[in-house]
Amino acid sequence: MAFQPIYVIDGARTPFLKARGGPGPFAASDLAVQAGRALLLRQPFLPEDLDEVIVGCAAPSPDETNIGRVVALRLGCGPKVPGWTVMRNCASGMQALDSAIANIQSGRSSLVLAGGVDALSRAPLLYSDAMVRWFAAMMSMKTAGQKARHFLKLRPAALLTPVIGLLKGLTDPVVGLGMGQTAENIAWRFGIDRAAMDAFASRSHRRVAAAKEAGSLGEIVPLVDGEGKIYAEDDGVRPDSTPAGLAKLKPVFDKPYGRVTAGNSSQVTDGAAFLLLASEAAVEKWRLEPLGRIADTQWAGLDPAQMGLGPVHSATPILQRHGLALNDPDLWEINEAFSAQVQGCIAAWNDEAWCREELGTAPWGRLDEEKLNVDGGAIALGHPVGASGARIVLHLLHALRARGKRRGIATICIGGGQGGAVLVEAAA
Amino acid sequence: MKRENLMLTHWQIQRDADGLAWLTLDKAGAAANALSAEVLSELAQVLDELDVRPPKGLVIRSGKAAGFIAGADIEEFTRLDSPEKGRELVARGWNLFNRLAAVGYPTLALIRGHCLGGGLELALACRYRIAVDEPGTRLGLPEVMLGIFPGWGGMKRLPEVIGAPAALDLMLTGKTVDARKARSLGLADLCAAPRVMEASARGLVLSGQAPRRAQGLQAALGAWPLKGLVAAKARKQVAAKARPEHYPAPYAIIDLWTRHGGNALAAPETIDRIMASPTARNLVRVFFLQERLKGFGKECDFKARRVHVIGAGIMGGDIAAWCALRGMTVTLQDQSLERIAPALERANKLFGRRIKDRLQARSAFDRLIPDPQGQGAAHADVVIEAIFEDAAAKQALFRALEPRLKPGAVLATNTSSLKLEDLRTALERPERLVGIHFFNPVAMMPLVEVVAAEGADPLALEQACAFVRSIDKLPLPVKSAPGFLVNAVLAPYLLEAMRCVDEGVAPATVDEAMLAFGMPMGPIELADTVGLDIALAAGKQLAGGAEAPRCLAERVGRGDLGRKSGQGFYAWAAGKPSKAAPGPVPAGLAARLVQPLIDRAQQLVADQVVADADLADAGVIFGTGFAPFTGGPLNDRKQQQR
Repeated sequence: MAFQPIYVIDGARTPFLKARGGPGPFAASDLAVQAGRALLLRQPFLPEDLDEVIVGCAAPSPDETNIGRVVALRLGCGPKVPGWTVMRNCASGMQALDSAIANIQSGRSSLVLAGGVDALSRAPLLYSDAMVRWFAAMMSMKTAGQKARHFLKLRPAALLTPVIGLLKGLTDPVVGLGMGQTAENIAWRFGIDRAAMDAFASRSHRRVAAAKEAGSLGEIVPLVDGEGKIYAEDDGVRPDSTPAGLAKLKPVFDKPYGRVTAGNSSQVTDGAAFLLLASEAAVEKWRLEPLGRIADTQWAGLDPAQMGLGPVHSATPILQRHGLALNDPDLWEINEAFSAQVQGCIAAWNDEAWCREELGTAPWGRLDEEKLNVDGGAIALGHPVGASGARIVLHLLHALRARGKRRGIATICIGGGQGGAVLVEAAA
Repeated sequence: MKRENLMLTHWQIQRDADGLAWLTLDKAGAAANALSAEVLSELAQVLDELDVRPPKGLVIRSGKAAGFIAGADIEEFTRLDSPEKGRELVARGWNLFNRLAAVGYPTLALIRGHCLGGGLELALACRYRIAVDEPGTRLGLPEVMLGIFPGWGGMKRLPEVIGAPAALDLMLTGKTVDARKARSLGLADLCAAPRVMEASARGLVLSGQAPRRAQGLQAALGAWPLKGLVAAKARKQVAAKARPEHYPAPYAIIDLWTRHGGNALAAPETIDRIMASPTARNLVRVFFLQERLKGFGKECDFKARRVHVIGAGIMGGDIAAWCALRGMTVTLQDQSLERIAPALERANKLFGRRIKDRLQARSAFDRLIPDPQGQGAAHADVVIEAIFEDAAAKQALFRALEPRLKPGAVLATNTSSLKLEDLRTALERPERLVGIHFFNPVAMMPLVEVVAAEGADPLALEQACAFVRSIDKLPLPVKSAPGFLVNAVLAPYLLEAMRCVDEGVAPATVDEAMLAFGMPMGPIELADTVGLDIALAAGKQLAGGAEAPRCLAERVGRGDLGRKSGQGFYAWAAGKPSKAAPGPVPAGLAARLVQPLIDRAQQLVADQVVADADLADAGVIFGTGFAPFTGGPLNDRKQQQR
């Protein structure tokens, strides 16, 4: 069945706020509400006119586990607009778009607010199993004496070493590798050295800074907190970042001789991104002027230990379906989880043996890096996991339009060994 | 279930098969329940019937969506033309509720919505009370606000149930409490969700549980020897707020509780004195004036949901915050987000103060949307302009705004000094522009002037009034004229006060004169609060060409602008003026100061800026805090002349 294109009407995201130790100023739903309400405000329809709200979120807090519904209600969509939450780790925001697309294509919906959010700075600290067992036993103690005796059994070490929820989330639950270690795997496989990674990271910062300077980040809507403080910009960007400066950082995942550092990895960040997706009928009904349309999507699975190559696995079938060569799309967005991982994707497409074994194709050649992440990426902006997949699709459309270009692919690697890709066509 | 064969107009009684009786008050021809003479006399019949065939238990509830019982029928207070009638009114409820309290079967008041005054006194006469946990549930004895006392058993039973200190606090301030607070005070035995209210009523009334009484220290504070101390402390607290010559009722409440156990019939002279006092008469008048203001816009089915406010300064920002607090979705526009952010901070504080529920406060913050591009105007039901007072800027704004508005949207200006007739020339449909004039501080001031320029669209005016009601303010229709009503009467009063300062009277003495008159704030402090630059500009506009007081012009010349600059007539620190002790107040000073205000009010009635003298009084009381016990400036003058 042919893919029925779905229109992207508009989109907005919050500034991406770097986690700086301790909970950030906004809960995940706060971020999503502020991005969503600014986006909805400029539409000719009201929040109540949406058919549904879909939010991707990898780590919703315990009080907003179905954050999609929380956000829909807080946006003033009213009780009758359903809201739900999708989870595909790093591609949760992209999954929200794809779920919206599927519902629009099947005729269930015609106007959907979809996107993603995560407030990684608010990822919880968890009690260890030993502590949980201690609490459970305490609940069953009846007398004060029993309780006092049980209290003496408390081991302070267990109490004082909580499980860090964020690290749990960033560790593969099947192969047991940290995400950074999967990036080390790829660097090893393709011989990507530290200097190349740092150069790529530094370029990401410079490209974001240049884009900001040029006013190319118009999708950002500022946040305001209850104290009246404004958060207008992505605050993890370091325009003065240099490879030499990055070279000083120590590896954090495979210590002490690994290659992946905090500097050549994406930052831990809070943020939200939303897109408005519509059927052709809705475009006509509300006289909307779309940014462009989504012409295809693809998901792929691969070895969890190589998860960073997910973009190659998911984007290649789109290229094949549409008869495109690797450099035929005008622009590419490959989410920058790690320098090593993006560079690994480029290397993989260019590697004859790898392409033969993994894709069953001839090599695809070298991706032109002047088409890739033209305004920088998650190494500079940060990677609020649930939001990133939506952000790259939205930014790709803006970047294409700003350059008078038409076609682009946004693709993302997914912890657990998956990849997701979206083919977009910008409106003229 | 079985109905009784009584001929009742206002009450219905039903008995369950197991003998539990449900008595429902649904006052005929009224939206809310009030305890009129007829309602009480029917209740007596019901009690007669129940004496003959006692139920296993009795639950008293309301048949109104609006609430339980709003209180006595205040209309009846206006017909008390002799001391006998006053005593009779007190005796009617006192005796009936004593009878209710003494019945042999258990009784319970199921309180959903407001339960005020006589309504709470009825509930207190029941053995048990359940407060239904809903935002609308409010319990209190606000009689003191009408200049009277809770004479139907409230003064006796409330201290017995919740202890004297808390009871006196409620009775002397007239404040009300919600269901949860009622439970924690012990005023309600149970705070129950609506979904379990009937089951809870049945369970509790048949429980055999002892009725709730204040225990321990709380009980001791209501008995000798501590009772005297509690009374003395209460007297002191009242004295800090209300002078006995202005407000005798709170003092009477303390006396009746201390000396007569709350039984006013034991002190008939107190009944006569309080019920016949000008204060009570005037406060009842103020109550009805307020009801009259509440009636404006009632005929109109306009329901605003989205409000767009342009200008995020103190006024615009606070108007936007208030509208969001009252449930509107509000977009707040200014030239940049930096200008809007301080308003959001103030709003967040307001929500934190006014909304106990954290999630509800968050919803209010979500509903207040910063809108630097003004995109919200296109969806708004009401658009309020509150930018700086510059006619050309406002005209340019209206010109750009008008084509973007929804066809039926109300377009309003909050201007206080510019003529609507000039501003609206920029519009294709000039008749649609109305004034919706708020007062500072928006959250505190109940009045909003709804201003009609010549030939304004009557529907737009009606809709503006309906909107003002929907955000729980009191609309006062006025005609477009300099200063409308409130500022027009304030200006000559403030200027006269400053002329006294020019003549050598100390500012603190001037203020003391008016505090003694019964104003909530002295005129000099008020001028400092408003801002002396604004007072000077308003004076020029509203004083009919009279020279500005020297003391005012000098201070403005020096840049001493009052509270906002830290120095005006007083030095200000942390929002408080440091005042010297007032000197002796010269005889006739208050009368001299208030005279220009009254003269101007009279003139504005004659000029039809405000429709009649009652509305002028209402506007001046709710717009300036003018001593409510006087019944308003024009009423006061009339009474003085009598």
